[in-house]
Amino acid sequence: MIRTVNLSMKYGKFRAVHDLNLQIEAGSVFGFVGPNGAGKSTTMSILATLLAPTSGQAYVDGYDVIQNPEEVRRLIGYMPDFFGVYDNLTAVEYLDFYAGAYNIPVEKRETLIRDLLELVNLSMKADAYVDTLSRGMKQRLGLARCLIHDPKVLILDEPASGLDPRARIEMKEILKELKGMGKTILISSHILPELAEMCDHIGIIEQGQLIAMAPVDQIAAQVAGHRVLRVKLRSRAEDAQALVQDAKGVQSVTLEGKTDLLIAYTGDEEGQVALLSRLVSNGLPVLAFSEEAGNLEEVFLTVTKGVGS
Amino acid sequence: MQKLLRRVTNPILVKEYRSRMRTLKTPVTLFLYLLVMGGVIFGFTYLQYARNVYYNPGDSRMLFVMLAALQLVLIAFVTPGLVAGTISGERERQTLNILLTTHLSPLKIVLSKLVSSLSFMALLVFATLPVYAVIFLFGGVSPGQVLGVFGFYLMAMILFGSVGLFCSAWFKRTGVSTVTAYMLTFALLGGTGLAAVFLNEMLDLLNGHGTHPKLFYVAALNPVLNLIAMFEPEFVTLGSNVEPPITPWVYFLIVYLPVSILLWYLSVKRLMPVKRPIFTRKRKGE
Repeated sequence: MIRTVNLSMKYGKFRAVHDLNLQIEAGSVFGFVGPNGAGKSTTMSILATLLAPTSGQAYVDGYDVIQNPEEVRRLIGYMPDFFGVYDNLTAVEYLDFYAGAYNIPVEKRETLIRDLLELVNLSMKADAYVDTLSRGMKQRLGLARCLIHDPKVLILDEPASGLDPRARIEMKEILKELKGMGKTILISSHILPELAEMCDHIGIIEQGQLIAMAPVDQIAAQVAGHRVLRVKLRSRAEDAQALVQDAKGVQSVTLEGKTDLLIAYTGDEEGQVALLSRLVSNGLPVLAFSEEAGNLEEVFLTVTKGVGS
Repeated sequence: MQKLLRRVTNPILVKEYRSRMRTLKTPVTLFLYLLVMGGVIFGFTYLQYARNVYYNPGDSRMLFVMLAALQLVLIAFVTPGLVAGTISGERERQTLNILLTTHLSPLKIVLSKLVSSLSFMALLVFATLPVYAVIFLFGGVSPGQVLGVFGFYLMAMILFGSVGLFCSAWFKRTGVSTVTAYMLTFALLGGTGLAAVFLNEMLDLLNGHGTHPKLFYVAALNPVLNLIAMFEPEFVTLGSNVEPPITPWVYFLIVYLPVSILLWYLSVKRLMPVKRPIFTRKRKGE
């Protein structure tokens, strides 16, 4: 649904984005992570047809953002990292203005606006002036505004920044609902764990370059170069540790508490099966055998260490 | 009002009309505008006629010309203030980028902003009609001349509005845009007149005292002189009785309408996020 090919953007001598290659499937939620100034907003602005890249191409549903901006605008709902609202307009009038801007017929607007306000939990603020709403409410109203023309793709630049914990949770819930509606979502944040819950894939960008991209449950393994397997036993954890220590693909084994083993593993899935059967065939009481998602915060710090800050 | 607004399909116009009419600034501006117009004209009328026992239609004609010129100067004062923040304000409020990702084209945004601001200016001018009606009653002016004056206001509003719009699109800050718009408007209002007088004096010095018909082309660029020329043609020929080579307001239109269109073009160019041709020919089947 979204594809960039060697996308680059320069501001004078400063390279904001450098040879970025992204591929985001329809219906997936892609988390775009990176420290401040990494190039996330620039990439999103290009996809939103607001910037022309210095080189490379960007496509939304097959449409080139430079050659077919009108088509792309029809397909996307864009929410920038900072945006203002108009004074002296109520929430309904605010959405009505954008409905007009997207040529939505007047007779359809009332129902549409009511539904959108309900989706973002702002029905009770329908007649409130938008400049009197809290930041969290404005962000939710901004999200409703993005959805006014029922776009297939949502480009959300740090939608949860500056929100208090409650507002963040509310925003997450709405995004999960949108994911359920089949929207393709590109969402950015400079906090990786914040995105992990709602994203299918994560891309980490720094200094304009994509340094890691993987499904959210594999990003830690891809970054660290190994997976972490957690083995939960009823007893005899030390015996299990001694047994798997020298197995193929095992880098290290750490005992956590009295019952858990954490295995740094570089082998493939067949090797994992062999490891499990080795434990079971030796009579060890295995309760659970799973792959750890990894400490995302640690992953983020490892990958982006020192560069760009 | 809501039903009336529904008939207007341009979303920017609807929004601008709605929000403008909800601020205290609007009635205050209207009140002050009428106060200045009415105060000056009725004050002057009182001073002129207080001791007279008869009316001289020639005097009331002069009063009408004064009213027309005063209105034009007020238009030059108010229009840049109304227009100069329209686009830069969107930029400062961080709403412009969102607007540019909608189906509204930069051309539609620019022209809608101009029309919405000029509509309010037109309302101010329209509100002064009773003042004109009173002065008109004194005689000395034909209905055609009154219509001509209002037509000229429209041309002047479009010109001053286009200057303000261009500054608003060109400069990121409303403050800078407003100051520049006022400077350019006053250059048009005063600078062109001063240039005509200066050239007249210089030609007198070089060629001896006489008439300089070519100076019409400079003097008629001045909105005030051009407007007064509707009543007193020698204002654009700088006192000489030579017939102007072209009707002054037509000359004004020929010069300033293309200038205004050029300013719209530059504003649209400036507003376009990604530089592309403004007018694209639709291909077959689109």
